Amino acid sequence: MELLVATAVGALTAAGIYMILRLRTFPVIIGTSLISYAVNIFLFASGRLMLDAPPILREGVDVYTDPLPQALVLTAIVISFGMTAVVVMMAVGSYLSAGDDMVNEPVDPAAVQHAASAKRGGGQA
Amino acid sequence: MSLFLIIALPFLGALLPGLMIQAGRQSCFIVTFLVTASAAIGLATHAPSVLAGNVVTARLDWLPQLGLNVNLFLDPLGLMFAGLILGIGLLIIIYARFYLSRDDDMGEFYSYLLLFQGAMVGIVLSDNVLMLLVFWELTSLSSFLLIGYWKHLPEGRQGARMALTVTGLGGLAMIGGMLLLGQIVGSYDLTVILENRDLIQASPLYVPALILILLGCFTKSAQFPFHFWLPHAMAAPTPVSAYLHSATMVKAGLFLMARMWPVLSGTDLWVITVSSVGLITMVLGALIAIFKDDLKALLAFSTVSHLGLITFLLGTGTAFGAMAAVFHIVNHATFKAALFMTAGIVDHAVHTRDIKRLGGLRRLMPISFAIATIAALSMAGIPLLNGFLSKEMMLDLALDTSLFGSPYLVAVVATLGALLSAAYSFRFIAHTFLGKERSDYPAEPHDPGVGLWIAPALLIIPVVVIGVAPFLVEPFIKTVTQAVIGTAAELPEEHIKVWHGWVPAFGMSMIAVFGGLLVLALFGPLARLWNATPRPEAKTMFDSLIRGSVSASRRLAEGLHNNSFSRYAAFFVVTVVAIGAHAWFTGANAAATRQMLPITPVGFAGWLLTILATAFLVALHRNRLAVLILMGIIGVMVSVGFNYFSAPDLALTQISVEVVTIVLLLLALNFMPNSTPKESSVLRRARDIVLSVAGGVAAAGLIYSVMMSDFPLQSIAEYHLANSYKGGGGTNVVNVILVDFRGFDTFGEIIVLGIAALVIYALTEALLSGPVRARLLNRGYEEARAGDAHPLMMVVLTRVLMPVVLMVGVYIFLRGHNEPGGGFIAGLIVAIAVVMQYMASGFTWADNRQRYPYHGIIGAGVLCAGLTGIGAWFAGVPFLTSAFGYFRIPPMEEFELATAMGFDLGVFLAVVGAVMLSLESFSRLGRRAGIEDSDYAMDIDPSRDETAIGTEN
Repeated sequence: MELLVATAVGALTAAGIYMILRLRTFPVIIGTSLISYAVNIFLFASGRLMLDAPPILREGVDVYTDPLPQALVLTAIVISFGMTAVVVMMAVGSYLSAGDDMVNEPVDPAAVQHAASAKRGGGQA
Repeated sequence: MSLFLIIALPFLGALLPGLMIQAGRQSCFIVTFLVTASAAIGLATHAPSVLAGNVVTARLDWLPQLGLNVNLFLDPLGLMFAGLILGIGLLIIIYARFYLSRDDDMGEFYSYLLLFQGAMVGIVLSDNVLMLLVFWELTSLSSFLLIGYWKHLPEGRQGARMALTVTGLGGLAMIGGMLLLGQIVGSYDLTVILENRDLIQASPLYVPALILILLGCFTKSAQFPFHFWLPHAMAAPTPVSAYLHSATMVKAGLFLMARMWPVLSGTDLWVITVSSVGLITMVLGALIAIFKDDLKALLAFSTVSHLGLITFLLGTGTAFGAMAAVFHIVNHATFKAALFMTAGIVDHAVHTRDIKRLGGLRRLMPISFAIATIAALSMAGIPLLNGFLSKEMMLDLALDTSLFGSPYLVAVVATLGALLSAAYSFRFIAHTFLGKERSDYPAEPHDPGVGLWIAPALLIIPVVVIGVAPFLVEPFIKTVTQAVIGTAAELPEEHIKVWHGWVPAFGMSMIAVFGGLLVLALFGPLARLWNATPRPEAKTMFDSLIRGSVSASRRLAEGLHNNSFSRYAAFFVVTVVAIGAHAWFTGANAAATRQMLPITPVGFAGWLLTILATAFLVALHRNRLAVLILMGIIGVMVSVGFNYFSAPDLALTQISVEVVTIVLLLLALNFMPNSTPKESSVLRRARDIVLSVAGGVAAAGLIYSVMMSDFPLQSIAEYHLANSYKGGGGTNVVNVILVDFRGFDTFGEIIVLGIAALVIYALTEALLSGPVRARLLNRGYEEARAGDAHPLMMVVLTRVLMPVVLMVGVYIFLRGHNEPGGGFIAGLIVAIAVVMQYMASGFTWADNRQRYPYHGIIGAGVLCAGLTGIGAWFAGVPFLTSAFGYFRIPPMEEFELATAMGFDLGVFLAVVGAVMLSLESFSRLGRRAGIEDSDYAMDIDPSRDETAIGTEN
């Protein structure tokens, strides 16, 4: 089973990276969500996989899976919802105010001019 | 008064002037004065005890693991400095009251001044070098605010920036030096450090530590070659110059050299560096001062020169030098502050500080003339004034000091410095007050009101009294000197006397005075010569240096930062993969020690679904709706997987988060294009595929190798499993970890979640109040709409389900401590219950029936969790310690009540509020766009009489 989990993590990561490298906001958000899945499974799996050993204490049961990664991942799942929501709202806001959903801003012409003048100044000095 | 309070008073008091200015300038002034006066009185109560040889201490552990503790101590040296800071501070506050014009914001000025004062007092009372560094940086920051107080003046802003850059860089160097010192000694407590002279001087780290600390001191005290910032800081209002640049801040470097004197001084490196830097600064500063036409610039360079003098005295490494240094610190503070204030008075009265436009003011401004003359003569080193005494000690010492193998070099240079010092002092008097009265003053010269001259006049008293009767202060000076030298040297036997007889030092003094007069007489030709000599201009060098570093960093930043997010993301992926690959290929890969779990058909099916959904997602990613459906499949598979691998809590959380996430993304898709255009080139896509496959393989390989090996260290899981029931009272270990073991983390997390929701709310508000609002209104709705967006079946079904789902939520919440469940999951489930109503019955309908604002629910949640945590304090245990017990209310079975429930309730509320506020924000955008705005739950409702619309309400 470890092999399946590892390959699933790999597939989700690869898909997440590919989506993050797209040029529009929506696929980028999807990419971060996919990477969140991958990271959450990764963290969870770092506690090693066990079947039928939930960390719920029972009389006469001695074997439990590691509860700590589970607690960490639980909050991570909820927080990643908060993060996704903020990013989605920012994407919607930028789409509505700018009229397009490109993630790459065109280079600011003012900054280019500034850099050029600084370069000139540097040349003189 | 506690030492803590003495330091805290100015800081707390800094809040008051800004408020009190509303009540008028006079009350603002009185409050500021009282704050400083109370600190001064508090200090004075300790004075008798300190002077009797006791050291007052106050200790408070802050971060003992780092060695950072709020330890304070008051010894004679600290007492002298704190006395100067607070005493002169009082005079400056009076002076500034009358100096600042109606246009200046007095509250702001006094606030900065008090901040600065607190930081200075902090430096001189710190017994922990790390605390001292904190205060040290605070003085740099607050002096930046003070120097740039007149924000409309470009010189003020430039001067402030320069001062901050130079002293800030020095401060950085000093941090390094202090850390090294702490490293050598093994403690950051100053008193401990001061006892380890031999250890420190024998350490190989002594040289770097000394150099770094001296860099900090030299920049702060404007020593060559860092002297150039001080004259530019003179763009500050005169009270600031008089306070910071004569009496206090520039003396911080001297203070530290004096403080560290027992452990750092005495080596060849110390003597050569410190005394030669002091001598150079003394002569250079004095030389430049003579030819400055601006009164304050003249005084600024004279200050540089005098600071050099004191540095030289400390640099000799002799006890006599230390005593002379202590004495001159007091003397210089008195006469120089008085001189700065009179320069300000002249500026105030005549509206110019340009010496060339002054002269002949002695009859027009007699009071100012008297004060300025006494102070300047003291600075020149004329007998019967205090400046003479310490200068004579300096000359005496110079005779005994040999540097670079020459016994005369120091004496000659010191005499030259004294001569130049006399020359600029005489020029200050002669060219401002003596000579013929002029007819072209920019304003009618007059003596100011008593408010302006009282402060310098009070400072003149010690100038004369010490000058005439030095034996009055000698015991005090010697006590302070003892505190400086500690056990490193013997207290000098010499007495401070006005008349020592015909000693060589007196001859040097006379040479200096008459030489000074000669320079004054020949000033015209000398000035022409000076102006004809080319000199390096420090400001242009500094400016070009800054310009160079700014453009270099801009080139670097713009090379990396070209506004292309994709590029940053690609860089990031490449870096992570490269670092990981490096570790993978160079490190030893642990052999698999665990047996792989057998692959089951169910597991394989789940895996296949995940992989297929992921593959289809990438392939179909241009169709955004399809992406969401595939995302849903992946999310469900992930939660099934969690459940399969013994994580029921995670499974419940994942599946409920999945629901709200998909709803959220669907809502967002309302406002965005529903497909992604094809834009990137084939090459680019190939590159991205390579990158993502590399990342994926790396992640898979890493987690596979982790899973197949045992824990390299003892896992802390055992502890949590063993103590969950005993200590936390719950059998669901995951929940106990969340609400108990790591409750503080969870507390932080719900706050983050709440903030995220508020950010979304704020973004929506900003969008709706900006131009987007009009765009939304005009946008219309492009897609074909269902005629029956809120079908009857769905409305009825969700209403029936509502109480059931809420019940499930309560059940999940209550059992969370012992069985899978808890606040997070229950919160998500309840949020889903409410979202169902929004979706089925429409936003307006549902919102009208929802009575509590979601912000309030978030706030109540955080408050509830926080109060539960605080409740533990009343039981005398730390924040968030839980208590629990078992109860039975017939006829129910026995159940458990734990304080953790209160905390979990907070988590529950915060999650409900945050999720709902996020989703509601999107709905509000939608409502603005006219997507949906109906008061009715169902679009088609047989029970509603269509003809009655408009009358029903």
